[in-house]
Amino acid sequence: MTDQTLPAAAPQSAARQEDLYTAKPWQLVWRRFTKHTLAVISLWFLGIIIVAAIFADMVAPYDPFEVQRLRTLAPPTGIHLFHEGQFVGPFVYGLKRERDPETARVHFEDDLEKVLPIQLFYAGDDYNFFGLFKSNIHLFGIDDRRNQINLIGTDDLGRDVFSRLMHGARVSLSAGLVGVAFAFVLGLTLGSISGYFGGWIDSSIQRLMEFIRSIPTIPLWMGLAAALPIAWDPLFVYVLITLILALIGWTHLARVVRGQFFAIRNEDYVLAARLAGASEYRIITKHMLPSMTSYIIAALTLAVPDMILGETALSFLGLGLRPPVVSWGVLLQDAQNLRSISMAPWLLAPGAAVVLTVLAFNFLGDGLRDAADPYGQ
Amino acid sequence: MIAFILRRALLAIPTLIFISFIAFVIIQLPPGDYITAYAAELRHQGEYITEAQEAAMRAQYGLNDPLVVQYWRWISNIVLHGDFGYSLQWNAPVSSLIWDRLAITLAISTLSLVFTWIIAIPVGVYSATRQYSVLDYVFTVFGFLGKGIPDFLLALILLWISFVYLNLNVGGLFSPQFQSAPWSVAKVIDLLQHIWIPLVVLATGGAAGLIRVMRANMLDELGKPYVETAYAQGLSESRVVWSYPVRVALNPFISTVGWALPALFSGDIITAVVLNLPTTGPLLLQALKMQDMYLAGSFILVLSVFTVIGTLISDILLAWFDPRIRYA
Repeated sequence: MTDQTLPAAAPQSAARQEDLYTAKPWQLVWRRFTKHTLAVISLWFLGIIIVAAIFADMVAPYDPFEVQRLRTLAPPTGIHLFHEGQFVGPFVYGLKRERDPETARVHFEDDLEKVLPIQLFYAGDDYNFFGLFKSNIHLFGIDDRRNQINLIGTDDLGRDVFSRLMHGARVSLSAGLVGVAFAFVLGLTLGSISGYFGGWIDSSIQRLMEFIRSIPTIPLWMGLAAALPIAWDPLFVYVLITLILALIGWTHLARVVRGQFFAIRNEDYVLAARLAGASEYRIITKHMLPSMTSYIIAALTLAVPDMILGETALSFLGLGLRPPVVSWGVLLQDAQNLRSISMAPWLLAPGAAVVLTVLAFNFLGDGLRDAADPYGQ
Repeated sequence: MIAFILRRALLAIPTLIFISFIAFVIIQLPPGDYITAYAAELRHQGEYITEAQEAAMRAQYGLNDPLVVQYWRWISNIVLHGDFGYSLQWNAPVSSLIWDRLAITLAISTLSLVFTWIIAIPVGVYSATRQYSVLDYVFTVFGFLGKGIPDFLLALILLWISFVYLNLNVGGLFSPQFQSAPWSVAKVIDLLQHIWIPLVVLATGGAAGLIRVMRANMLDELGKPYVETAYAQGLSESRVVWSYPVRVALNPFISTVGWALPALFSGDIITAVVLNLPTTGPLLLQALKMQDMYLAGSFILVLSVFTVIGTLISDILLAWFDPRIRYA
């Protein structure tokens, strides 16, 4: 491509080429990655959502457990800019609760008299940030005791779905990441042993992996998850659920690692290390694993969505996390029947969050994998 | 070829034994047993049974024996007498409960597998031969969406859309009036009105992944010299594409039939719970929650056996299809 550029551009392209030759591997990977627009967008999206999940107490305007008896199944609050033709900045209208005289069904209507401007860094409910410090600053809120701003409505107990979604993100995302961490340890250990030693060790580990893959996943998850007693501490159940997800999820990672080990086992530098008297542990960890870090990172990224989907599915069925723990799967339990979603479609919002997150992890993983491939363009 | 089949079939036997044992251990894992769950259920309804009655029931069902003894009793009855044990919750032999549901599960899974292939193969071939065309992008988006949307969410959304916009109540497999009616034309029409949702749900999930695989395989194959040779010989495009690269690109499809089956069963379970289908899913979920261990164990066992058989079939198909594997 650079051969046919105009003479005037030649010095510049030569400089670029030199730059290319002296760049470190990570810089090359990063440059290739940034060309993948969708992956970059996904990285931003995930970054934002992870930060929002960590600071869920602050981002969420309300306590996710606060029950509002007079605001059950309230629709999402619309955000307006103009009131009676005049610009007032972002505000919401108050909500009027009315009962249909014929059917006695409750419905909500905007109270056009009441203009409630949205305030940033609003001092609202108290919360305790991971037990570190107490605060009452929320990212946004409205200054009115009787009204709320419900970006995606409320559930059947009048709890703010947006606040619950944010707190659920904390559990669901971390379940995915912790599960992948467990799977990573298992997959890396068994995959590298399998690929490095070969022979009967390899074939027995291979049989084990085939065996795990040959069991239908969900029934197995269900069986294991049903084994967890209901009375246990939710946090403990959460750790065990991620462990169960990882017990089945590690096989894919182990296959990637094993394949890589087979590919580079006979490289000269590995032989050199062996001749120099390095121990097997040292050869594996110091010489072989670093050469495949990028592949492993890509495989890990692609494993996260499976974990998140698994957690969601289990919790949705009532076998995974249980209320009062808030996760996206637990939230979707509210949307389990036709009646509730036809009355309150916004209860499906956690589902949208799951889909977006899973897609973002997929795109990010694909982008990383392409970028890490030294033979790619 | 026969030696290959025999070898694979022999390998499947230890796997099956291992799976049956794991299935049994899993259902025994929860603390307490069926009697505990049963007593809790009774208490919930305001009745109660005494400790002595509980102990008597345990002795009657043989729940006090060691795990291995219970396993042996369970598995030997299955193998020798075809007796899957007794569902404590339903008060009926397991075999009378599971076969109908398994038949429906298998029918739905097979149908959706066929649908998956009918969608995935032509779309994958089209995407590869017309790479970067508008439709290719559309299919790519569809593929990623199908991968990202959990089955049960898709089921919920389809239920909702057909209820709100089409005014159809499509849960279950039959409308109430046809539930126990004898088969007739009207009942078949009713079935067709209901069965499309599970089929669409299961097929899109599977097709999304397979389209990507098919497309990638085809792209690999289309660049090879033999394709060019075929074009140079003056063969028509459809002849070139469908007779040569597609055949090679189908290999991974065949080798994943075995995995498609467990995936379909898995997907089917949650979808079935959402859609209230009379398949294995809801019953298995119920059995697991109630620790009705013979029922749950038999389900997991039979589903796993199907999977092992599926893997076996796909291995054999693959060997038959691709001589390189047979002689490896």
